[in-house]
Amino acid sequence: MFIHYVQLGFYSLRRNPVLTLLMVMSIGLGVAASMTTWSVFRVVSGNPLPDKSSQLFVPQLDNWGPNDIVKNGQPPNAVTYRDAMAFMQAHEAERQTALYPVRYAVTPERTGAEPFRVQGHAVFADFFPMFELPFRFGAGWSRADDDAHAGAVVISRQLNDRVFGGANSVGRSIHLGDHDFRITGVLDNWNPQPRFYDVSNHSAFGDQPDIFVPFNRAIDLHTQTNGNNACHENSAPGFEGWLHSECVWIAFWAELPDAAAQSRFRSFLEGYGAKQQQSGRFNWPPQAQMHNLQDWLDYTRVVPSETPVSLAVSAGFLLVCLVNAVGLMLAKFMRRAPEIGVRRALGATRQAIYAQFLAEATMVGLAGGLVGLAFTALGILAIGVVFEAAIARLAHFDLWLITLTVLTAIVATLIAAFYPAWRAAQVQPAWQLKSN
Amino acid sequence: MDILPILTTLRRHKITAFLVILEIALTCAIICNAVFLISQRIERIHMPSGVAEHELIQIELASIGAKADEFARAQEDLAAIRQIPGVTQVASVAQVPFGSSSNNAGIRIDPNQPKSMIDASTYYGENLIETYGARLIAGRNLRADDYRSMDAVMEGVRSGDTKLFPATAIITQSMAKRLWPDQDALGKSIYIGKIPLQVVGILENLVRPSIEDDSTANYSAVIPIKLAQGQYVIRTAPGDRERVLKIALEKLKQNNPHRIVVQKRTWDEIRGNFFQNDRSMTGLLIGVCVALLLVTALGIVGLGSFWVAQRRRMIGVRRALGATRHDILHYFQTENFLLATIGIALGMVLAYGINLFLMTKYELPRLPATYFPIGAIALWIIGQLAVLGPAMRASMVPPVVATRSV
Repeated sequence: MFIHYVQLGFYSLRRNPVLTLLMVMSIGLGVAASMTTWSVFRVVSGNPLPDKSSQLFVPQLDNWGPNDIVKNGQPPNAVTYRDAMAFMQAHEAERQTALYPVRYAVTPERTGAEPFRVQGHAVFADFFPMFELPFRFGAGWSRADDDAHAGAVVISRQLNDRVFGGANSVGRSIHLGDHDFRITGVLDNWNPQPRFYDVSNHSAFGDQPDIFVPFNRAIDLHTQTNGNNACHENSAPGFEGWLHSECVWIAFWAELPDAAAQSRFRSFLEGYGAKQQQSGRFNWPPQAQMHNLQDWLDYTRVVPSETPVSLAVSAGFLLVCLVNAVGLMLAKFMRRAPEIGVRRALGATRQAIYAQFLAEATMVGLAGGLVGLAFTALGILAIGVVFEAAIARLAHFDLWLITLTVLTAIVATLIAAFYPAWRAAQVQPAWQLKSN
Repeated sequence: MDILPILTTLRRHKITAFLVILEIALTCAIICNAVFLISQRIERIHMPSGVAEHELIQIELASIGAKADEFARAQEDLAAIRQIPGVTQVASVAQVPFGSSSNNAGIRIDPNQPKSMIDASTYYGENLIETYGARLIAGRNLRADDYRSMDAVMEGVRSGDTKLFPATAIITQSMAKRLWPDQDALGKSIYIGKIPLQVVGILENLVRPSIEDDSTANYSAVIPIKLAQGQYVIRTAPGDRERVLKIALEKLKQNNPHRIVVQKRTWDEIRGNFFQNDRSMTGLLIGVCVALLLVTALGIVGLGSFWVAQRRRMIGVRRALGATRHDILHYFQTENFLLATIGIALGMVLAYGINLFLMTKYELPRLPATYFPIGAIALWIIGQLAVLGPAMRASMVPPVVATRSV
């Protein structure tokens, strides 16, 4: 019977093509607008590491004191070198890393080849297992390499393709700045968006990093940060002066797998802050706080405020389209009052009429979904024109989006169809037959 | 045209009339807010910078390996660039307006203030004001004897010798007003940490490289420190920019081939990049607004046709009783106007509500009353245009319909 209703619905779509077209277009446009903005929203607000986001923590320490005007009473988003090193040495977490962005010039071995610039991060060995980086060849370096201040490097697949023609380059070396670095691993494609591990630097949506070098080695080479360096007061001159200053420029991450580890780390952090106050470094009780990955992205407002607003606008748009669809469906269904009257007189129950019109609405929804798909595809193309390239690249058409578009269209149309179908089912057979 | 019979008819089509009103109300509310958001973005995109917008080029270089005698090398670079025909000014700088990367400092007007009053961006570099083309509205420009080299400043930090620091600064008008609301800033001193800088000049405007809060976008100070960081800004006639950029890159390469060009762009590109997100948002909102008006119009056309079809008998009777085509046309137009007006009134209330929500959630300003008429007029026009087709068809219904049974 249901199949029959679906067939009837399909025929009726063709009966008044103008009304049908209006309805389908309206639903299609509404769904496409919300799906397009949703696809952007999904990219910028997604959870980059779902299985671990509640285990990775960023500690913050209030080393600037309550008089700082910039941060509105919140501790800075990054930490100083001395605090990062103190956290590393305390080793209170299962895994931990300090990191900061670096850039180097690569001098290719081939003569005549132009030097070029690479960017990436200086990190500790734990970085790779913590953030689950995929390796194509080799692996990260070891904690022993960290301790030995070794000149190791993990390079991206792209850099490997460019310099070594895609061959397994593990064990070979690459010339960064003025120094050789031994390659321990080549990454597979890895460019999580937002770039959650270092949100305080640059745009959170950027190109894939080319290199990861050991933190200690980068410091030995006096490598400046390629990101933000925020200072509260003038630091002493020179690299050493900078290292010992209250300038914040390092991101610190701790992996704390369970509640016990988290509370242990929290008390360590508070104890550390108190100790600094006792030693006279701070003349205020420092706030020490930590956020897990998901909270950290909220706290640092990584998601541009444009996206939720545009999502809200699109949702409003879908609502208007649905109201529109209710009106149009009402018009379409009530035109067929005489037909309904005949069917009712011939013994069809109200439920049967109801089911028939809902089936018809499903067909309308399906058609709307297909039109919506076409519009969404156009919308995604248009994102490339209007949105930041880095974001636009990530908003793409996939099976999930296609399914969601069609499903939204059908469900929305069905919701809109309840009232018109109910009205259709209420048609009095006698009255209709009489007026005929 | 008498409104009462229309109202009586509408009362018999409550749900359909309600749907039209609801649709118009929602559209009106969204359009009012969206147009407001758009105008805010457009205003932001056109934020004044205070510099010679179409005359500037930025080149940033990074050295490979050890750096020696950077200052002398920078002088060579500057001299080479200055020789290029068409170059009017050139400066070695540390940051460019809207360039994103910035130096900032907390500013006090009394060294004993516990908190700095504002956070301002600090511009360093010789010949910077001339090159950027910022307009001095009071006081004097920086002179050669005001300048200290970055090395000297660093030495001063090390030794505590305050003579090595610069003693003057030029600040923007808006910063001066914020620091001394009722007084002339000229001659007064600002303090960065404990270092006093006497304000010798006031700039009309000089926007910061990165903006956290639009109200402080112009808090900038130019401090006379000479530097050599491999970043140059060149000023030239708008039509010469491409050519000058190309020659400048060649010359810089000749001077020292052991460098990488990190950045080479015109200032228009810098501005374009800076406001990319605002432009995206504007485009998206305009798209949604147009689509929304289109959908609403389609809805009115659909329901209008339905109504006309339902009332063919009634129209026929009216025509038979002496109503002209014009009367019928007018009837449907008035009906639409009535529905639109109710919808718009509801929409205004809704628009206000949405704005209140956005104000609390996204710190948007209050929707100015001038935006309400925009939504109203847009919807009246859309409504009238959309109903025109069905109304014309209604006016074509011949009187003879009255005598036929369906």
